[in-house]
Amino acid sequence: MSNIGSYDKRRKDFDWSQAREELAYDDAPTKNIAYFLAERNCERGLGDKVALIWENAAGDATRQFTFDQLRLYGNAYAQLLRDLGVAPGERVCIFMDKIPDLYFSFVGILKAGAIAQPLFSAFREDSLFTRLENAQTTAVLTMKRLAGRVRHIRDKLPALKHVIVVDAGGAEAREGETHFDVYAAEPVEAFDIYPAGEETPSVLHYTSGTTGAPKGALHVHGSLVAQYITAKWVLDLRDDDVYWCTADPGWVTGTSYGIIGPWALGTTQLVLELGFMPERWYAAIEKYRVTVWYSAPTAIRLLMREGAEIVRRHDLGSLRHLVSVGEPLNPEAVIWSEDVYGLPFHDSFWQTETGCIVISNYPGMRIKAGSMGKPFPGIEAAVLDAKTFRPVKAGTVGLIALRPGWPAMFRQYWRNEETYHNKFVNGWYICGDRATVDEDGYYWFVGRDDDVINTGGHLVGPFEIESALLEHPAVAESAAVGKPDPVNLEVVKAFVALKPGYEANDKTRLDIINFVRKKLSPIAMPQEIEFMASMPKTRSGKIMRRLLKARETGEEIGDTSTLEDD
Amino acid sequence: MADELKDKIRAYVVDEYVEEGEDVEVKDDTPLISGGFVDSFSMVSLKLFLETEYGIKIPDEKATAEAFDTVNAIAALVRQYTEA
Repeated sequence: MSNIGSYDKRRKDFDWSQAREELAYDDAPTKNIAYFLAERNCERGLGDKVALIWENAAGDATRQFTFDQLRLYGNAYAQLLRDLGVAPGERVCIFMDKIPDLYFSFVGILKAGAIAQPLFSAFREDSLFTRLENAQTTAVLTMKRLAGRVRHIRDKLPALKHVIVVDAGGAEAREGETHFDVYAAEPVEAFDIYPAGEETPSVLHYTSGTTGAPKGALHVHGSLVAQYITAKWVLDLRDDDVYWCTADPGWVTGTSYGIIGPWALGTTQLVLELGFMPERWYAAIEKYRVTVWYSAPTAIRLLMREGAEIVRRHDLGSLRHLVSVGEPLNPEAVIWSEDVYGLPFHDSFWQTETGCIVISNYPGMRIKAGSMGKPFPGIEAAVLDAKTFRPVKAGTVGLIALRPGWPAMFRQYWRNEETYHNKFVNGWYICGDRATVDEDGYYWFVGRDDDVINTGGHLVGPFEIESALLEHPAVAESAAVGKPDPVNLEVVKAFVALKPGYEANDKTRLDIINFVRKKLSPIAMPQEIEFMASMPKTRSGKIMRRLLKARETGEEIGDTSTLEDD
Repeated sequence: MADELKDKIRAYVVDEYVEEGEDVEVKDDTPLISGGFVDSFSMVSLKLFLETEYGIKIPDEKATAEAFDTVNAIAALVRQYTEA
C-alpha cells in the first residue's frame, strides 16, 4: 500500500492541516525549515540515522553523514554567517558542485535567517552576475574551482561583502575572501536558530522568461508543509528508503525534493557529485540499494538510448518507485521503463514558482502513459481559454492554471512586482504552459505558451542568449529558439546574421558557440547555429522569433502579416 | 600521429574547459566529464571541434559521456572515424 492510498479519497478529504499535524507544525518552536530538517529529526530519535550518502565525482570515495552531523555542520555554517555579520533576510548564494558542503550550508543559511540563493555551478560570469546583482547578494559560498568566476565580477557587485571558499583547506585566503573548513571548524553544539515564521523568506531561485533578465522566485519557510506532504505522497518516501534525486540544488527540484521534502521526512538520501553517466548511475543504484529514484526525462531518454543490456549487468532489484520531472515524459519512456526496470516512471509537473509538485501520477493510480497525471490533493487546477481565461471543455487546448493559496507557492519575483502580478488573471495563477485535460481528469502537456526554451528540463530565456550572441564581434543580428529534440525535448538553436568580413563556416560557428558557453553557461549555449543573410523582421524592425521557431517545429504560422505588425 | 592527436585534444580541452587559474593537469586518462571539466551540454562544442578539425562526422549516438570522458577515449573515437 502506498503512502497516498486512494488518490480519489485523498482528493476528497484533503486539508493542508493533515500535513501540519503530521509535522507537529503548530507546536514547533519555530517554522524555520532548517529546524525540521535537522533538530526535529534528532528529537524524533533519528540523530544516528544516515541523512546523506555522498559519492565523489571520481567514484572512489563515499562519505555518510547522520542527521546529527547535518545539524552540527549546519550550525557551523550558521555560526560562520552570523560571525561575519550576515543579517537575517540577506541573500547568501551557494555556488558549488554537489559536495556535502552545499547541503550543510543550505541548512546553515536558513538557520541564520538568511535567504538561500543556490546557483547552478555550470553558470559562467554573465549568468552569475545577472543573478547576484538582481538579488543584491551579500555573501557567496563557493569552491576553489569556481571562485575565479566570482572574482571576475566582484568589482561590479558592491553589495557582495563576503566570498567564502569552502574547500581550500589550510591555504591562506586571498584578500577580501574567507576560507572555511566545516570539518575543522569549532563544533557548534547549539545554535540559536532564527525564529522564522511561515511567511519569512527562505529560498530564492532564479528562472528564465521570454523577455528581460531571469526572475528570482522567492519562497518562504511555510513551503515546507507542501514539500513534506508531496514528497510523502508522490515520491512515496518511507522510513527505510534510500532515495536518489538526480537534480542539482541549483534548480528548484534539487532543493524542494533534493533537500527539504525528503529530509523533513527523515529519509536517507543519496547524492552523486557526478553528472549523467549511465554505467556509474546504474552502479550507484546497485551499490547503495536505491529504492526511490527521482530523475528527469532527458536522462531517461539517454538511458533508453544506452539500451537494456547495460541494465542487465546490474542488480537494480532494490528499486520500488520511479518518478520523473522537468519536461513532459513521453509514453515510450514510461513503457520502456516498465519493460526494462519492471517499474514505470511516474511523471510529475511543477515549476520554480509553484515550489512543489502540483500535478502528478501517483503510486497506485492508473498511469496513462504520456499524461502529466492529476492535480495534487489540495491543489485546484484547470485548463483555461487563452482569451477568456475561463475553463475549457475536455480535450481543448488551453493554459494550465492553478488557484493560488497552496503553502509552497512563490511570494514574489525579487524586485519585479509587475511581472509577478502579470502571472495572475481572474483569480488564477497562469503557469505559462499549454495542456488539455481529458474526461477522466488527466492532464496532457502540449507546450510552453511563450518563447522560453526547455532544454533537458532547464528553462532558458531567448533574450539572454540573443544578448550574449550580439556581443560576439562577428554577430550582427541574432534570434534564439527552442528546436524540438528527441532527447532534450528542445535544444537551443540560434539564427545568426554575420557582420561583413566574417565567413559562415564551422570555425565561426564553433567560436560563437564557445563564446556563449563561456559567457552564460553550457545550457544556454546554442547546440546549433544557422547562418542567415538577414533576419525576418516586423514592420517596426523586431526580429520575428516566432516565425523562426515555427519553421523548426513545423507549426503552421499562416498569414505572417499579423506578425509583421507585432 | 597518436601523440599529436592527443596533444591537440588536450590543448583544446585545457584552453576551452579548464578554469583560468585552476591548478589542474589534464592527463590522457583524466576524467573530463566525471571530473567536472566538461558537461553533457558542452559535449556538443567538443564534438563540433573534432568534426571541424578532423573533417569527420561523429554520429550523435556515439557521442556519449563515456566516449568523451578522457583524452584517450576521445582520441580513440576520432581515430575510428579518421581511419574509416
